[in-house]
Amino acid sequence: MTAMAGRAAAERSAAAIECSGLGKRYGRTWALRDCTLSLPEGRVVALIGPNGAGKTTFLSLVMGLAEPTEGTVLADGHPAGGPGALARVAFMGQDHPLYKRFTVADHLRMGCELNAGFDLPWARARLADLDIPLRRPAGRLSGGQQAQVALTLALAKRARVILLDEPVASLDPIARREVMTVLMTRVAETGATVVFSSHVVAELERVCDYLVVMSRTQVQLAGAADDLIAAHARLIGPGGAAAGGEGAAPAGVAAVLERSVSDAQTVLLARLCGPVADPRWESRSVTVEDIALAYMAAPGVRYQPSPRLSAVSGSGS
Amino acid sequence: MIVFYLEPDSGVPAYLQLVRQVEHAIRLGRLSAGDQLPSVRDVVAVLGINPNTVAKAYREMESRHLVDTRQGRGTFVADLATAAAGPAVIPAGLARDLADWITRARAAGLDRDDAAAVFEQELHAAYRNEGIA
Repeated sequence: MTAMAGRAAAERSAAAIECSGLGKRYGRTWALRDCTLSLPEGRVVALIGPNGAGKTTFLSLVMGLAEPTEGTVLADGHPAGGPGALARVAFMGQDHPLYKRFTVADHLRMGCELNAGFDLPWARARLADLDIPLRRPAGRLSGGQQAQVALTLALAKRARVILLDEPVASLDPIARREVMTVLMTRVAETGATVVFSSHVVAELERVCDYLVVMSRTQVQLAGAADDLIAAHARLIGPGGAAAGGEGAAPAGVAAVLERSVSDAQTVLLARLCGPVADPRWESRSVTVEDIALAYMAAPGVRYQPSPRLSAVSGSGS
Repeated sequence: MIVFYLEPDSGVPAYLQLVRQVEHAIRLGRLSAGDQLPSVRDVVAVLGINPNTVAKAYREMESRHLVDTRQGRGTFVADLATAAAGPAVIPAGLARDLADWITRARAAGLDRDDAAAVFEQELHAAYRNEGIA
């Protein structure tokens, strides 16, 4: 029955997370402003940006842990924080909050009490695989083990939308790979949507197929990885005077994100609006990581192709 | 069954790496018609990559007629006799021509990187209108 309801919700909006004009102010300081986003179902979304960009605030609003100051947010078709959304959304906070004096087994018991669909056998099996003792108080586990327990609790909820704030920050490289594999397997099995925040840009390509870059409390870039890769390129062309002076770029370039010029050649990382036909310029494809880094280094440039087309046509750069 | 791997620094998109590994295995005779490919879930469980990437690779293999997906049973290497666009069998002379070219390049004083740069440039120019070069 819940599966039916879930499907009905999915048909109403094919978006896992939909927010419109979302903003949050703490006292006089805006933590998030003017956030209009539509994140499609079944995607793995990387939420990238420097500290203070608004990533954690965004995730807290989607989970319903904070009230928006303005705007709205739907999670799996339901208002964030409401009873419909709470059962469908799982959240693992940055400091993976566990009750330090309660044992791992106590946490599992709480998970069962609080969530109707809690998958206890799966959670037990995963913790056993990781050699995490169920009788130990959470406060006496290592940081990495605590993160694994928090992740297991979040995933055992069998949510449609899984939010993870810096999930791998406290993990060593092997645990990091294991966590990502568990997440990706979950997506493969259930079509759940995963949103994880990170300030680590490496290895994005491997896991994410949708990218959101935030800077200065606003969404700077949002789009499907394939679309972003197709819309950007590294262009190598003539240098010095032959380049045509400061600001020069071949036809087909919509915005220049990075520019390095020498006597010999000019290298641009650019967003394109059409083919670059000028034979003096060579076009090379870029990775999601290249794009994420380029936007983070150019916080004034914004690009959000699909969801806001009608709202802000023409102000893409 | 084929075992996939990824080379993160190759500059080749992950989905395309998977497609090329299947093409390569067919070319070398390690995979033949009717052989089953691992499920998307199994590839994800081994490589820890996004399942949409694996699904995209399998769709690409289908459109290149490398594999057939049989509903509920899995993905299998297509019968190459009927494949419209199976990978080309490399004519023996091609590798020999390239080896000759490399010999001439060395004789002209090019080191390995020089030769690679010339090759890359020509490859790029020749395939520049075909999307991925």
